[in-house]
Amino acid sequence: MFELANPKRFMEWSGRLLPWLGAAAAATLLAGLALGFAAPPDYQQGSTVRIMFLHVPSAWTAMMAYGLMAAASVVGLVNRHPLADAAARTAAPLGAVFTALGLVTGSLWGKPMWGAWWVWDGRLTSFLLLLLIYLGYIALGNAIEDDTRAARACAVLAVVGAVNLPIIEFSVDWWTTLHQGESILRRGGPLIAPVFLWPLLLMALGYTLLFLNLWIIRIRTEILNRRARAMMMEEAQ
Amino acid sequence: MSGFLSQGGYAFYVWTAYGLSLAGLGLAALLTLRAYRKAKAALARLERAKTVQHSETNL
Repeated sequence: MFELANPKRFMEWSGRLLPWLGAAAAATLLAGLALGFAAPPDYQQGSTVRIMFLHVPSAWTAMMAYGLMAAASVVGLVNRHPLADAAARTAAPLGAVFTALGLVTGSLWGKPMWGAWWVWDGRLTSFLLLLLIYLGYIALGNAIEDDTRAARACAVLAVVGAVNLPIIEFSVDWWTTLHQGESILRRGGPLIAPVFLWPLLLMALGYTLLFLNLWIIRIRTEILNRRARAMMMEEAQ
Repeated sequence: MSGFLSQGGYAFYVWTAYGLSLAGLGLAALLTLRAYRKAKAALARLERAKTVQHSETNL
């Protein structure tokens, strides 16, 4: 694992993987969209059910991105691996985009179904907190000039902020909420009809592949920038 | 076709959600690729300059 994360090895294998990953993301998203628009309107929610195919994958990907960012931060703090900090720092802007999209699409789904754009319940508030943690993380990284100190401070924030992930997940069980409870990954099987479940799973896979694709490109960019900085320092000496 | 566009009377909510998602993800992809190309070009420039400098030093 650490061998593959060596920057030189990473550039080699990720360069070979990226075209396949991009193609898989595009194919999965197109298939998910086609199945989603072919699905009939829900008997209660009508055509707004199609917002689910965007909202749920955005939210899942946002949480997965944070989990990966926190895991990379732990590796960075414990092992001081050169790629761990780059992996964590480059995941944050993407995670923030997916979180913002989860919030916006949720709001657009909530208005016609609940009659409100926003309610201050456990799930929505903890998810908004996720966006604020992402933004705080990005701001903290930009505010500290020394790279090592910035990496350490960001890693600590990412690890502490990870406590919000189980709060988001279990908020629908812990507190009274307008948000629906767990209906897919639950004991006893999903509560969603297969005609909606398949496009949802395809879109979730497509969002995950898209995130991984963009994340890898951003890590490669960071490696190239570090090489350029190292060369400039070498020249200056 | 008009039934598809009207989305059962929820066109505003459905199409805004799809439009914003496309815009958000498209912009993220665009900025990511642009930064990558820029970094690649900058490194290539530095490597070229270094090669030229070395060959001039050897002369």
